[in-house]
Amino acid sequence: MTAKFKGAYGSGIEPLTYAGQNYMLVDRSLIPEIFQVLRNQEQFDYCVDITAVHYPQRERQFDVVWVLYSFARNERIRVKTQIVDGESVPSSVPIWAGANWLEREVFDMFGIKFDGHPDMKRILLPDGWKGHPLRKDYGILQQDNEWVQINLGIESGQ
Amino acid sequence: MTDPNTTLSHLDLADLATHEKPFLDANELVINMGPQHPATHGVLRVILRLDGEKVLGLECVIGYLHRGVEKIGEHRTYTMFNPYVDRMDYVAAVSNGLGYCETVEKLLHVEAPPRAQHVRVILTELNRIASHQLWLGTHALDIGAITPLFYTFRDREEILKIYEKYCGARLTTHAFRIGGLQYETYTGFEKEVKTFLNFFRPKIDEYEELLTTNRIWVERTKNVGAISAEDCIALGVTGPVLRASGVKWDLRKAQPYANYKNFDFGIPTGQNGDTYDRYLVRMAEMRQSVRIIEQAVDALPEGPIMAKVPKVMKPPVGEVYHSIEAPKGELGYFIVSDGSTQPYRVRVRPPSFVNLQALDLMCRGELVADVIAVIGTLDIVLGEVDR
Repeated sequence: MTAKFKGAYGSGIEPLTYAGQNYMLVDRSLIPEIFQVLRNQEQFDYCVDITAVHYPQRERQFDVVWVLYSFARNERIRVKTQIVDGESVPSSVPIWAGANWLEREVFDMFGIKFDGHPDMKRILLPDGWKGHPLRKDYGILQQDNEWVQINLGIESGQ
Repeated sequence: MTDPNTTLSHLDLADLATHEKPFLDANELVINMGPQHPATHGVLRVILRLDGEKVLGLECVIGYLHRGVEKIGEHRTYTMFNPYVDRMDYVAAVSNGLGYCETVEKLLHVEAPPRAQHVRVILTELNRIASHQLWLGTHALDIGAITPLFYTFRDREEILKIYEKYCGARLTTHAFRIGGLQYETYTGFEKEVKTFLNFFRPKIDEYEELLTTNRIWVERTKNVGAISAEDCIALGVTGPVLRASGVKWDLRKAQPYANYKNFDFGIPTGQNGDTYDRYLVRMAEMRQSVRIIEQAVDALPEGPIMAKVPKVMKPPVGEVYHSIEAPKGELGYFIVSDGSTQPYRVRVRPPSFVNLQALDLMCRGELVADVIAVIGTLDIVLGEVDR
């Protein structure tokens, strides 16, 4: 199926396979259209997961990954796009309502904004927290000391 | 920035109010439930918008148990991270371990030997029963029935004893290793598991006798928190909740992992998608688990329990998403390897986190007391929601 997409969209899509799992690298500009096609024509009605991976040494630092599943075809596919730091991605909440919290988590952990999301705010960390922990430049011992001091009344959470 | 001195943060209230009406409409009451509330099954805070007793909408505030499991994963080797996954859904630690081990095995292109796969199925299904038992006990307790809690905990103890004998731990077992198992089963393992099955089968009837036709139970659960199959799919809800809405979908059948394809079992489904149907589905699932374990014990093959796995694991560069049917729904792992000894990225797709999103929809139009029933019936574990 990924090959079919390649035929239709050309250079914007790169179909890939690893360990028997299909995924495709999609140009960011094609994302809304591809999702519409996947949802409405290819019956990928279940958005399993949305996540991201940070590659600080790359020019386009982030991979945003969607895992989709189709009940009708019993098939899974991953869609991946690469964005630079600060760039936003179109929200898929209008297509899959379940994307809501998943997108909020990506924002919380990576600082990637989703355009058109109804409630783009942190979900796991407190609202006033500084930094996005799953970025590679956020160290494992790093924390928002100021937040801890003000809100918990202790010097450090370490 | 949130003001530290207000438990009920003004930020949240303002957010809630801007959705439809101005805050403090004369008929509207906003109340805070949790985070320390016995019926939220952990540290979950729910902000309810009420019209009298009726729920107009709610917002979940989560993250109180966030420990940064995914970040920890990036700083541990593949083997070292294995015990951490047990701490997510701590009442179904074995399932978490199975998902993680299988995902790394896929990255390494190895497969656990048949005997290991069988033992994995036995332990995982025992875990499903234990998880459902804990759910039933606490859920019934929330609604007002105390007896089931004692019954289920009494019987769950037998499963924990098997775990303790097998690997020394009762709850966070770390039972599996990447590539198979560390421990061979102890002498008399098969017999003890079978004894448990024979002991447990009539116990399910006992639970059902207490509840299934109990008038109070039926009144409190029937037509409460109903959700349609379409809404479940749109929201990504999986597991018994999805099946109770009539979708016959179980990853053990749809995309078999371990060696589930060798066993004969059914997928129980409901029709109405209400709290009562979800109860029935989970009860039926326990019976199916008993069937699976029975077949697995009978057909337990001899042979090695560990595949050839290098001592220092360096999976080739690549990425894999693999998911299993945990007691709560689809539990997925997405692991990216950069060829080093540590995963470049570990993503956990927890069923409870995604299922909890449906709480708002399920509670709208219900009474405050029903919110308790719906939280219970979703069977969330906050350790997994927050990771």
